[in-house]
Amino acid sequence: MSEAEIPLKFVSSNRRVREDRRFVAGQGHYVADVALEGMLHVAVVPSQHPAARIVSIDASAALKMPGVHYVLTGEELAKAADPLMNGLDTPHVKRYPLAVGQVRYAGEWVVAVVAESRAQAEDGAEKVRIVYEPLPYVIDSEEALDPSSTPVHPEHGSNVLLDRTFVWGEVDRHFADSPRHLSFRVTWGRNSTVPIETFGVAAKWDPWREILDVWASIQMPKYSDQIARALRIPLNNVRVHQDVDVGGSYGVKRGIKQTVIVSHLARRLGRPVRLIEDRLDNMRAGDAHGPDRIFDVEVAFDDDGIVKSMKMRALDNAGAYAGRAPFQLGKPIGAIVGPYKIQSVKYRAISVTSNKAAQEAVRGFGQAPTNYAIETAIDKVATALGLDRIEIRKRNFIRSEEFPYLIPSGTRYDSGDYHTVVAKVLAHADYEGLKRERDELRAQGLCAGIGIAACLEPSGGNSSFEPLLNDANKTTTWMESCRINVDGLGFVTVTIHTTSSGQGHETLAATVVGEVLEIDPDQIRVVRPDTLNSLPSNSPVGSRMAIMLGGAAFHAAKKLKAKIVRLAAHQFGCAENDVVYQGGTASHPGSNRKLTWAEHVNIAHRNFHLLPEGMEPGLEVTHVMQVPTANKLPENGRVQMYPCHSFEFHLVLVAFDPEIGKPKIRRYVIGHDCGTVINPHIVKGMTLGGIAHGIGASLLEEFVYDSEGQMLTQSFMDYLLPSSHEVPHVEIVHHCTPSPFTVFGQKGSGESGYLGSPAAISGAINDAAAPYGVSFAKLPIRIAAISDAIAAARPLKEKVPS
Amino acid sequence: MKVSLKVNGELREADVEPRKTLLDTLREDFLLVGSHAGCEHGVCGACTVLIDGEPSRACLMFAVQADGYEITTIEGLAPAPGELSVVQDAFCETHGLQCGYCTPGMVLAAHALLEHNDAPSRDDIVEAISGNICRCTGYGQIVEAVEFAADRLRKTNLPRHARGDAAQPDTPRGGRA
Repeated sequence: MSEAEIPLKFVSSNRRVREDRRFVAGQGHYVADVALEGMLHVAVVPSQHPAARIVSIDASAALKMPGVHYVLTGEELAKAADPLMNGLDTPHVKRYPLAVGQVRYAGEWVVAVVAESRAQAEDGAEKVRIVYEPLPYVIDSEEALDPSSTPVHPEHGSNVLLDRTFVWGEVDRHFADSPRHLSFRVTWGRNSTVPIETFGVAAKWDPWREILDVWASIQMPKYSDQIARALRIPLNNVRVHQDVDVGGSYGVKRGIKQTVIVSHLARRLGRPVRLIEDRLDNMRAGDAHGPDRIFDVEVAFDDDGIVKSMKMRALDNAGAYAGRAPFQLGKPIGAIVGPYKIQSVKYRAISVTSNKAAQEAVRGFGQAPTNYAIETAIDKVATALGLDRIEIRKRNFIRSEEFPYLIPSGTRYDSGDYHTVVAKVLAHADYEGLKRERDELRAQGLCAGIGIAACLEPSGGNSSFEPLLNDANKTTTWMESCRINVDGLGFVTVTIHTTSSGQGHETLAATVVGEVLEIDPDQIRVVRPDTLNSLPSNSPVGSRMAIMLGGAAFHAAKKLKAKIVRLAAHQFGCAENDVVYQGGTASHPGSNRKLTWAEHVNIAHRNFHLLPEGMEPGLEVTHVMQVPTANKLPENGRVQMYPCHSFEFHLVLVAFDPEIGKPKIRRYVIGHDCGTVINPHIVKGMTLGGIAHGIGASLLEEFVYDSEGQMLTQSFMDYLLPSSHEVPHVEIVHHCTPSPFTVFGQKGSGESGYLGSPAAISGAINDAAAPYGVSFAKLPIRIAAISDAIAAARPLKEKVPS
Repeated sequence: MKVSLKVNGELREADVEPRKTLLDTLREDFLLVGSHAGCEHGVCGACTVLIDGEPSRACLMFAVQADGYEITTIEGLAPAPGELSVVQDAFCETHGLQCGYCTPGMVLAAHALLEHNDAPSRDDIVEAISGNICRCTGYGQIVEAVEFAADRLRKTNLPRHARGDAAQPDTPRGGRA
């Protein structure tokens, strides 16, 4: 269905990313740069307890502090605003922006103090006196699942938010028929994307126009809908300004509670109010943690290593509120067998509440942890049979001629050529040489290991997991839109309808429109109107924008071109089919007539009498695009999750000194196939950034809670982000298998790298530690864990004499 | 307290609380919002400015401590409105950024390195930017940007002391590069 008939001029060429100019000059426009006349500032008072009843709040001393205007409690806010939206049907798991009656995790926001400056608000916050009565709490996931545990929300009756078992295919028969089985447990530690910009929001209420203006560091589908619902105001009273640059998100910038707090305060106080989280607010209570997941996996396979069936139990610790966490168990259903021909799967997805901070959507929406579990299974099958880990993957891969390929859980993979990507990577990396290098390092007394991961990036962000996990949800669209206007002087302006957090959407839209209209993308203006002026969008989630915004821009440009052709045919007195459009000029070879761009513009804008009958004047088009392949609700626990499936294959060599245990990544090669690349710089950056994030998730980053329910890693001194020293030079091997479902054959790449790097690095560390009989089944694998485990496993005589 | 700070070659005055950081003063009092708050505890480097040419954390310094130093912010690097320095242009050429939030600090760190060393090794570059955390790029295209800028600076005809584009004590808006 690829509709591009002519060789591509701008798509896939190494053009600069237009957004970069303003950022390198420090001229980005972030939410903290929004200065509103008379703006007040918020600081929050956090709970010190993981669970406690709020006995009393005394704000009298705070209100006497210089500059302090107001102190907002959860009780007041709950009267003015509805609980925040809940994706699942769990009406008794109520989430308020400020705790009401009870706190449910250490750090949870209890009171908001408003002052002339953030510093004065913080001074005031220190004077708020809250009396608590501590309550029992639960931190551990398995404990929370136990029916005898203390429910985080007593009204809900238990800690179980979701417990669904899916059986796709003949799991029992396949297990019974298979000569070999193995089972294991792996744990994905709680981490997140932790953007360098925290979440921030500013709001202003105009009572005369009845408009709530919002500026926010946001990346969230249906953000303004949620604001309107929570505040019980019409949606057309909410105006979110989407020209705010977002300082990194990768999924988590969804500060709805923060927004409801400042929006209420702006209305209550009649002045603009802003809340910019400081790092501590953000880390412990920005409600932006990621999956926190235990996998129990069992696979059935034969002596050749063909994996026939898999049973997976995924237990996720959602934290104190539901949020999007349970759905992050749902999206991986769309690639539950990875790139493999596993014929049947039993998947039990359990989400429990605990007294930890709430989760938010994190890059990959649960897919990276699932890939880690699947890839660990494949490694273990190889080890059990004494087979090479790459050979076993090749034996199980779906073959290129088998696409579109229907997996047991109902998704049809669009396209791929996994064997070729692997072959290219092995040739590039010299796999045999890499193994020799590993063995030489081992001979020198180092621990050295090779890690391998093959996985998919489902892309094109649909929300099919919502109706799949919640019968009351009947959503079957996740549209995206684009508008193109050619003004009276012939200049082109494209509107896109969402914020961006570094993904280069302005470049994407301009490139695509320029490609179709055959005009220089650099001459095209791209703007982001506020939400009241916007067409429907679902924001950049689920690696969808190349497919969905790229698709919407393509279709809009096609409509515009069709209008120009029709207009020209009318002037030429010929059929539309006989008009040749080239570089903005329409010509009719038969009569040798031509109309230039300026002439189309002039006729459309000024000469109604020359237009074909029924044509609207002006040159303006819109397109609202439906997600390709998304056309029905789930049936029998099966659904087409996402339309496109990018492939990545990681090959890593890691070495470390067994005494010290500090892993050094000596070689990192990734094979990447995301179909047609629209901007190579952008895709490369996404992949490299995703790998860096995966290095963090696998070796460094974790939100650690102690047994008393306190979060120990609250700052960047404890929660370690990879620096340029930890991230190696990465070699990318490209391959392009176009998707049949998209306009240029493009697939998504926003989560690339991250989806496989934790599995690959874990595999490398385990390969390195294998000679000591040590293996690691929990991420992150920290330096201390490595050196301790090896020290414990080494025979005494090998240890350095003290 | 009154402070007068020399920022991007210009003397600026402000009346600030003694506890106010240099970062907040630059952003709120001088409206130089290109310097960003990331962690506010000296780890991430988003607030990096140059103090007498050396990259420094504006979040860990009080405005009152900055009196008497030459402060260069990202706004001081562009030779003219709409015109990029060699280093800034190199970041655009290799797409050494995504969201742009760490970018001003990263560009200043790279600029400071190239002021001292226009033939840096990969290790030199990695070291020079290691105090600036980027969550988007994985650093690969940032390293490429610095390599690209170094190459261009080496090939320029300008005399060495005029190649850098930081505000020099004797040039109000810095030299061109």
